[in-house]
Amino acid sequence: MSTHRYLLKDATLPDGRKNDVLIADGCIEKIGTNLIDAQATLIDVTGSIILPGLVDLHTHLREPGREDAETVLSGSRSGAKGGFTALSAMANTSPVADNAGVVEQVFRLGQAAGLLDVFPIGAVTQGLNGQTLSEIGAMADSIARVRVFSDDGNCVFDPLVMRRALEYIKKFDGVIAQHAQEPRLTVGSQMNEGSVSSILGLKGWPAIAEEAIIARDVLLADHVKSRLHICHVTTAGGVEIIRWAKARGINVTAEVTPHHLLLTDELARSYDPIFKVNPPLRSESDVMALREALAEGVIDIVATDHAPHSLESKECEWQEASFGMLGLETALSIVQKTMVDSKLMGWAQVADRLSTAPARIAGYLEQGRDLEVGRKANLTVINPSATWIVDRDAVASNSRNTPFHGYELPGVVSHTFFNGVATLFNGVIIPVGEMA
Amino acid sequence: MRHLLSISDLSKAQALSILDTATELARVSEGAVKKLPTLRGKTIVNLFAEDSTRTRISFEAAAKRLSADVINFSAKGSSVSKGESLKDTALTLQAMGADAVVIRHGASGAPARLASSEWMLGSVINAGDGTHEHPSQALLDAFTIRKHLSKGAPDLVGLHVAIVGDVLHSRVARSNVLLLTLLGASVVIVAPPTLLPVGIESWPVSISYDLDTVIGAVDVVMMLRVQQERMNDLFFPNAREYSRYFGLTSQRLTLMNPHAIIMHPGPMNRGLEIAAEVADSARSVIVEQVANGVSVRMAILYVLLAGQSLEAGGA
Repeated sequence: MSTHRYLLKDATLPDGRKNDVLIADGCIEKIGTNLIDAQATLIDVTGSIILPGLVDLHTHLREPGREDAETVLSGSRSGAKGGFTALSAMANTSPVADNAGVVEQVFRLGQAAGLLDVFPIGAVTQGLNGQTLSEIGAMADSIARVRVFSDDGNCVFDPLVMRRALEYIKKFDGVIAQHAQEPRLTVGSQMNEGSVSSILGLKGWPAIAEEAIIARDVLLADHVKSRLHICHVTTAGGVEIIRWAKARGINVTAEVTPHHLLLTDELARSYDPIFKVNPPLRSESDVMALREALAEGVIDIVATDHAPHSLESKECEWQEASFGMLGLETALSIVQKTMVDSKLMGWAQVADRLSTAPARIAGYLEQGRDLEVGRKANLTVINPSATWIVDRDAVASNSRNTPFHGYELPGVVSHTFFNGVATLFNGVIIPVGEMA
Repeated sequence: MRHLLSISDLSKAQALSILDTATELARVSEGAVKKLPTLRGKTIVNLFAEDSTRTRISFEAAAKRLSADVINFSAKGSSVSKGESLKDTALTLQAMGADAVVIRHGASGAPARLASSEWMLGSVINAGDGTHEHPSQALLDAFTIRKHLSKGAPDLVGLHVAIVGDVLHSRVARSNVLLLTLLGASVVIVAPPTLLPVGIESWPVSISYDLDTVIGAVDVVMMLRVQQERMNDLFFPNAREYSRYFGLTSQRLTLMNPHAIIMHPGPMNRGLEIAAEVADSARSVIVEQVANGVSVRMAILYVLLAGQSLEAGGA
C-alpha cells in the first residue's frame, strides 16, 4: 500500500474550499495549496468535487444464490464505478444471511474483491419467515460485526416480532432496517395505487401500506427506546410520520432511493417492467415531498436499493416480472440532478446524505469521515459539470436492469479511492493489485 | 394504425371508421356468400393464454370470413402452460410468419409488451388483457348501441349509459368508458364502493352506489359479470346481498326507460347480476352483441391488415 501515492490538484472540497489533496499510505497525508510530491501520481481534478467515499446502506449483491444476477465482486465493481467505498449487502440471499456462516462468507468475499468495504446486513428472522428471530447475536459477534438487521424484501410484519427485535439489538447498539409494507394491503400489488393504476388495470399498492407500518414502528421504537431505520420511504405521508417522530425525539432514521427522487408511476404506462420496483414508483407530489424531506434532513440518507435481476426476469409481462432496479452507478448523478442542480442541497449536504450519515447510522467507523489529514483515504471525485449517457450495456454490474438507459445525467464520477488505493481511475475500474 | 391495444389508441374518427366498416361487413355477412377475399394469404394467430371460447371463436369466424388463415394457439396443453415465456412464444409466432396476433392474456399489458418489443413484427390485437382492456368488446358494444339508439347519428352524443358491477376487475368497463365517452355518450358507473378502483375520480364518468336512482335515467344498462373468485374476497357480504342491490331484477326492469336496452358482455351469471327473465326479455340485446362481435372484429382485422376502412359505397 505504501506505493500508492496520489496528488489531487485543484480539488474542490464539499464545503467549497479549493485545495490539493495528497493521498499516501492509505491515508490523507496533506491538504493544502500548491502541494508538490515527486513520487505521487498527479491527477488534475480542477472543477471536480471531492467527497468522502459514498456509503450505501442498501445493496442487493445476490451472492450467495443468484450469482448470474450479481456477485460480491461484480457488485463491488459497480459500486466503485459509482463512487462507493462501502456497501451494505442485504440479507435476502439464498441461503438467507440469517446466521454467522453466511454473513462471514459475504464479508470475506468482499475483502477478496478488495474494491470497497462490504458490510453484510443480517436477517431479522430465520429465512425471512417473519416469525422467529435469526441468530442476531452470533452475527453481531462474527468477524462481519453486523449491526444492521433487515428482512428487506419482506416486512417484519408481526408487531411482537418487531418489538422483540428492536429490544434485542440494543445489546450492541444495532439498528433494525424495516421494509415498511403491510402485507395484507399489498397482496399481489403491482404499482402505486392511484389514477394510473386504475387505468392500467394493475393491482394497486396503497401508500397507506407503507405509512401504517412506519407509524406502528416509530411508536414501538419509542416504547422500547431502540433504534429504527426505515428503508426506502416513498410516500409524502411516510415523510410526515417520520417528521413527527423525530420531533418527539424518537430514534428513527430513514432513507430514500435515487429512483424515488426522480421517477413516477406514469412510467408504468409503458408496461415495461424495468420500472417495476418494490416499493413502487409513486406520484409527482410524493417525489417532491421526498426531495424536500431529504434536503431538510427528515430523510437522513440516500440508499440505492441496487437490485440486479437477470434478463429473463424483466423481459416478460409486468405482473410476472421481478421487482427492482440497478442503482449504484447512477446514484450520485441522480442526486446531483434532483437535489443539487435544483438548488435544494449543496455538496456538503450530499457528502452527509450519501456518506457521513449512512456510515454513522450503520456504525462504519472508517467510512463517512470528514476530509482531514490522517484519515483513511476513502474518497470520491465527481465532475459536476460533465454529463454522460447511461448505457445498460456498459454497466459494471452483472445485470442490465437500469431504468435510466438512454438518460443524459449530470455528474461524472472519475475516481474512487478505497483506503488510499484507486479503485476507479479516470472512469476505469482498477482490479485489486494492478495499480501502482 | 398497426395495433389495437387500447381504446386510447383510437381517435374518434378511427373508432367511427371501424364501426362504419363493421356496418358494411355486416351487410356482406347477411348475403348468401359470407366470405370476402380481402385477407387471403394472411396468417392470423389466436394466442389465447387464458380461456375464452366466445372471444376466440368470434375472432376466428371474423378472420375466416375475410379468408385469412387462422392458427389457434391456446394455453391448455401448449407450451404457454409449460412455462414458456411470452418472449419465446412471440419469437415462435414471428418465425411462423404471423401477420397478426390476437392475444388474450391474464396479465394486464401483455399485448402492449408484445407490440413494443422487437420480438415480433405483426399487428397485435388485444382480445382482453388482465383487468386492463378489451377494446374489441367495447367496439361491438358501441356498434350495438349505435344501431339501436343513435337515430342515424354516426356517434353516441346525448346517450346515457350505466355500467353496473365489478368495475375494479373489468377490462370491459375500462374499454367501454374510454370508447363511449370518446363517441360522446355520458357514462355513469354503478357499483359497490369496494368494486371501484382507487383513482376512478380521474375517469370521465359519474359514480353512483345506487342502481335504483340511476336505472330510470339511462338509455343503456350494461351489466358486468361478477367473477366467482370475488365472492370470498371481502368485496361484498354474499351473492344474495350483491344481487339485491346491484342485480338487474325483473322489478328494476320496470323502472327502465321504455326504449332502453340491456347489455352484458357474457358469460352471464343468471340470477346473480342479471335475472334470467331480464336476460331473455325483449329489452335485452345480449345475443345480438355476440352476432355484432363478428362484424366488428372483421372490421378491426380489415382496418389493421388491409390498411383501409370500408365505408358505405366504397366496397
